[in-house]
Amino acid sequence: MIQDAINDLKRLNKRQFLYQVLSFGMIVSSALMIWKGLMVLTGSESPIVVVLSGSMEPAFHRGDLLFLTNYRNEPYLVNVDLDIVVFKVEGRDIPIVHRVLKLHEKEDGSVKFLTKGDNNSVDDRGLYAPGQLWLTKNDVVGRARGFLPYVGMVTIYMNEYPKFKYGVLACLGLYVLVHRE
Amino acid sequence: MHSFLSRGNAILAYTLSVLSFLTFVCFLSTVLVDSRTGVDINTVKIVVKNVPDYSASREENDLGFITFDLQANLTKIFNWNVKQLFLYLTAEYITPSNVLNQVVLWDRIILRGENADLKFKNMNTKYYFWDDGKGLKGHKNITLSLHWNIIPNAGRLLTVPAIGQHTFKFPEEYTVNRV
Repeated sequence: MIQDAINDLKRLNKRQFLYQVLSFGMIVSSALMIWKGLMVLTGSESPIVVVLSGSMEPAFHRGDLLFLTNYRNEPYLVNVDLDIVVFKVEGRDIPIVHRVLKLHEKEDGSVKFLTKGDNNSVDDRGLYAPGQLWLTKNDVVGRARGFLPYVGMVTIYMNEYPKFKYGVLACLGLYVLVHRE
Repeated sequence: MHSFLSRGNAILAYTLSVLSFLTFVCFLSTVLVDSRTGVDINTVKIVVKNVPDYSASREENDLGFITFDLQANLTKIFNWNVKQLFLYLTAEYITPSNVLNQVVLWDRIILRGENADLKFKNMNTKYYFWDDGKGLKGHKNITLSLHWNIIPNAGRLLTVPAIGQHTFKFPEEYTVNRV
């Protein structure tokens, strides 16, 4: 099989090879365009997130996909439409998906709120930065709007087993370079 | 031409596209479903205290204690694209310092297949009813309402307000004794 692939590569002439490289570039750039386009449409810096922990079980399990929006004008209310927020905490790289537990809004529009994971017995004050008691709008990455189970497992495996990731990338690259319509 | 790999590839690709199509149809089939229903909420005991909040700023804040009755039959909300309901009871009110306060007092997870005909009497709240200051004593208009967040098998995450809410007052005096 590998021999076949190498023979295929040898049979390619320069133009064909360049064409394959270009089409590979097209695939990469269109993926990037879709991602950036989603960012513009949803207003969120990461419109799709993978659930990494079990703190929201049984609603969300590890590997589920969430679709986020983060429209600036929408109020972060517990009772309006959606109440699961994805937020970032200073000193932690990974955003957290939890539910808003209480919320106070001042006259000037500033909002402070507290979150909690469904599967945790206490609220999130222990997870926030030291001394931080509340979250504000600026901490929010987005609100969870859509749900798709299991699909994110692929990226979790890729992050946990780098060899698997490079294997998949190598296979895809080889396939695109060698494959001819 | 039809090697083992190309056959496997075809089967895998076909399976994936059928699965994603079915998932999408499952989502589409429940987009227009109306998941609202009525609920009866009532308060039984209402007490307010003024104590330091050691879980937060250590300042003395108003702390409300209530017990409540709740009746709702949510059995009809479960369709084939509902994995779980997350019910939560919120208190919503306005204080001089805040134009909006929303505090979740109680929540419950109902998985598919569990009893969704709820009849609770004299329930304690699950979370403390801390105000952000001293706004609860003598408050005339606290609204209790129930919402459910619908977790689907795949699709939109919706939060639906129940039809019907309950308004109550806090007493004019702090309670000093243990409750």
